Amino acid sequence: MIRARALEKRYGDKRILRGIELEVGPDDFLLVTGPNGSGKTTLLRLCAGLAAPTRGELELDISRGRVGFVAHEPLVYRELTALENLDLYGRLYRVPERRERIGMLLERFGLWDARHARAASYSRGMLQRLALCRAFLHEPSLLILDEPYSGLDAEGVLLLDRELTERRVRAAFVVATHEPERLQHFATAKLALT
Amino acid sequence: MSYLADVGALARKDLLLELRARDTLPAMLLFVVSALVVFHFVLPAGSSDLAATGLLWVALLFTALLGLSRAFTAEREQGVIDGLVLAPSDRSAIWLGKALSVLAFLALAEVIALPAFALFFHHVDGTLIAGVGLADLGIAAVGTLLAAIAAASRARELLLPLLFLPLAIPIIVGGVGASVADEPARYIGLLGLYDALFAIICWASFEYVVTE
Repeated sequence: MIRARALEKRYGDKRILRGIELEVGPDDFLLVTGPNGSGKTTLLRLCAGLAAPTRGELELDISRGRVGFVAHEPLVYRELTALENLDLYGRLYRVPERRERIGMLLERFGLWDARHARAASYSRGMLQRLALCRAFLHEPSLLILDEPYSGLDAEGVLLLDRELTERRVRAAFVVATHEPERLQHFATAKLALT
Repeated sequence: MSYLADVGALARKDLLLELRARDTLPAMLLFVVSALVVFHFVLPAGSSDLAATGLLWVALLFTALLGLSRAFTAEREQGVIDGLVLAPSDRSAIWLGKALSVLAFLALAEVIALPAFALFFHHVDGTLIAGVGLADLGIAAVGTLLAAIAAASRARELLLPLLFLPLAIPIIVGGVGASVADEPARYIGLLGLYDALFAIICWASFEYVVTE
């Protein structure tokens, strides 16, 4: 799905990534670790096709409609409700039986009762849950998650653990985290950025 | 059909956001009416209708600029542009949906501006309305692309006018010409040609604007 050779990314004079080699197949779970500023987010953006490398080779053998992406930001409109945000993404991703699927995800992530509330009124944890609903909505084959546990409370952490366990058998993962021990048991490969 | 459905969903979302937040259209309305009031007092008594028409175009252009400066605020500040760019729909649908919402805001501002102009200055005829309508298409097409470019920059408030005003000169030439010339057809033609040409360029190039 993803193959990178001698990958390098610069923003102006600043080199963010250098000499990255990685390969992610359909059954892989790549755990990306590293301190702040080591380029985890940049690497994930490259893997999602949101940015182009400055040097090196990057092959993304998957259509962007099959990618689910969780970023630092929830990528939702704050003035729209959870239902309206997911409906917009469901339309753009041409999700079959969109309303039923949205309802099921909102129920599963504990947002059903707040579905008509604007995202602006959500707490950080609720926004993260909504971001996860958005990323899982179209049943992606590749999930790219940047700090997926960020902002989640204990119940949210359990929900995400359950979701990852279920999805592990039908999707590949590239996950950046500061808590690798939580995802250690899923990982088939690790990449430590410095 | 699915392309048009995507455009419709994106444009509808923008109108819904404006209905909720009300941070663009009221500002545009207030600005255009205030500008016309100021121009009313600036022009000496007995000034020609030509001068007043010129000032109308100045007011409309800067009102459009005000709206365009807000066009991609939600997408950039809340990072939503990444979510839209990742969706499998054609990325030009993002541009077209946004251009349609910009066009709707401009048209609504002009529904107030043109009667206000008629009240303060002189009557509004069909060729002026046709000129304004065609100018709106060009402003929405070019302005939306440039607003997306500017929104990616830290100096977006500075960059947008610098990019937009030079490219709006043909719109102003065509619009003012259509409003005041004895034979407005050639100016209407110029506006139509500008709209068609720049709509195609903007539609084709938007993808490269929203990806790094």
